[in-house]
Amino acid sequence: MEARGLEATGPAALSRRLEAPGPRYGEKAIYGLFAACAILSVLTTTAIVISLIVPSIQFFGDVPIGDFLFGTDWGPTFTPPTFGVLPIVVGTLSVTFWALLFAIPIGLGSAIYLSEYASPRVRKLVKPMLEVLAGVPTIAFGYFALIFITPQIQKIWPGHFLGGPPLIFSVLAGGLAIGLMIVPIIASISEDAMSAVPRGLREGAYALGTTKAKVATRVVFPAALSGIVASIILAVSRAIGETMVVLIAVGSTPNLTFSPVKSVQAMTAFIGTTATGDIPTGSTVYKTIFAVALLLFLMTLAMNLLSIRLVRRYRQVYE
Amino acid sequence: MAVTGARGVTNEMLSAQPRKDVIRNTIFASLLFLAIALALAGLCVLIGKNLVEGWSRLNLDLITQNNSSNPAEAGLRNAIIGTIWIMAFVILMLVPLGVGAAVFLEEYGSRTSRITRLIEINIQNLAGVPSIIYGLLGLAFIARAPLSLGYTVLAAAMTLTLLVLPVVIIASREAIRAVPTSIREGSLALGATKWQTIRRQVLPAAIPGIATGVILAISRAIGETAPLIPLGAATFLTFTPSPTTDSFTAMPVTIFSWVKQPQPEFQTLAAAGVLLLIALLVVMNSFAIWLRNRYEQSW
Repeated sequence: MEARGLEATGPAALSRRLEAPGPRYGEKAIYGLFAACAILSVLTTTAIVISLIVPSIQFFGDVPIGDFLFGTDWGPTFTPPTFGVLPIVVGTLSVTFWALLFAIPIGLGSAIYLSEYASPRVRKLVKPMLEVLAGVPTIAFGYFALIFITPQIQKIWPGHFLGGPPLIFSVLAGGLAIGLMIVPIIASISEDAMSAVPRGLREGAYALGTTKAKVATRVVFPAALSGIVASIILAVSRAIGETMVVLIAVGSTPNLTFSPVKSVQAMTAFIGTTATGDIPTGSTVYKTIFAVALLLFLMTLAMNLLSIRLVRRYRQVYE
Repeated sequence: MAVTGARGVTNEMLSAQPRKDVIRNTIFASLLFLAIALALAGLCVLIGKNLVEGWSRLNLDLITQNNSSNPAEAGLRNAIIGTIWIMAFVILMLVPLGVGAAVFLEEYGSRTSRITRLIEINIQNLAGVPSIIYGLLGLAFIARAPLSLGYTVLAAAMTLTLLVLPVVIIASREAIRAVPTSIREGSLALGATKWQTIRRQVLPAAIPGIATGVILAISRAIGETAPLIPLGAATFLTFTPSPTTDSFTAMPVTIFSWVKQPQPEFQTLAAAGVLLLIALLVVMNSFAIWLRNRYEQSW
């Protein structure tokens, strides 16, 4: 209808050019290509889930799921094999605990400092350094734990305290190295969340006579809490999934212990030591790897989904 | 009287904070400073310790000698070539797939559509899957059936591509989103098709952001060790791998094999190798950050 209106006033050629000259198959093909790229990510997830679940189902055909989840003896490569996953789950969790004990205060302290206290010049200097720390490969952290952190722990550990004396491979050494590794995650995401808190909130608090420390801890911190929690959850998920550090510095003895200076085996370390290229498909050990990986995947999946939710929430409030 | 009294009270309130608050503030600020100083000290000690340990092997032999079971003759040459081969294939797959997905989500997908939301959450979640699980995906899906590529450079490259794809997609989406709508509308108004608009207006304007994401992703892929272990990365490969050979190696894998050796000479080598790897990644990351700041366009 409108095209006809134009025809009345302008040259006829103009009206024809307003419509596409052909069905434009090219455009449709390009749309299809881009859609395929985007769908690939969904396919990747599907492939991960399938590749984990199929061997796991076979595994649970051989080993009752209760024995797996609540058993306290882990030795799938021993004869006779035992499949109680608790020792390596506890191993993973205790490494994560020590990592967080180091990383949460350091990471949050850094975030508050950068967001509330640092001058623009200091920020310009410090933020790239944190980015460098975030770019250090994981094998470097593992090696650092082995050649630096372990000797220091052995030097200063008070005798038999908490199951001492410390071994060459220990939960604490790996935990501290992973802690240093995840500091940039906590620091940068929390700082983003704190910087997103509107200036007005701070100024309102100052106008009421509040001190700077109180503005930081009682105004900015609670306002940015969902972002801060999200950063910590993301860091937990990274710590649980970290492989090289636990492989190098925490060892491969699946003890069920809570001592920070004993050697344990983490879930990822079990996968990393057992899943080498020459493992025969279909053997029980092969299936065990995938069952452990499925458990690991579910643990990190829960963390990631929670963190995505929280980040979205703080974005909605202030942006 | 009342006026001077009130003025006195006001002045007192405005002049200075109570002593207790000043002390508390100073302690709080110094604790915060201590936290960030500790993190940066950790970074410095990490680099410093490797420098001290690896100094004696930090020379050209490190990159001109192939790996060997004799520490005096061992170097990273074939591992570096292996890494270069893997990265070449990673770039070939990563750039089109990552940019394509980002273009789809930003230019074609509607914000509210179910499918777009699903893909979005899925990508965010993939970014958090542990790297060793990608290794198992590579083992079960790529190296063995159904793709059956074997333990090759190509299988390693595909695994690493899937691992770092979310980094590129997320960075490219941000870069594409930063291009103002008016540019697109102007192009469409002049009669360009959607694809012409994307190719000639949106993508050129978004290139710096996309390049930053790609470099960050590549540097992550270079440093990853864990996903290559289940793929059977040969730790003591002494010849130069190529896409046609049925085994491969990479820098971090070789360094890991040195870390596991009992001889102190291998420990020295490992420290030197770690330093080389860190230096390479720092250079790449700094370049990416420089690129981002240099070409950051404000519209």
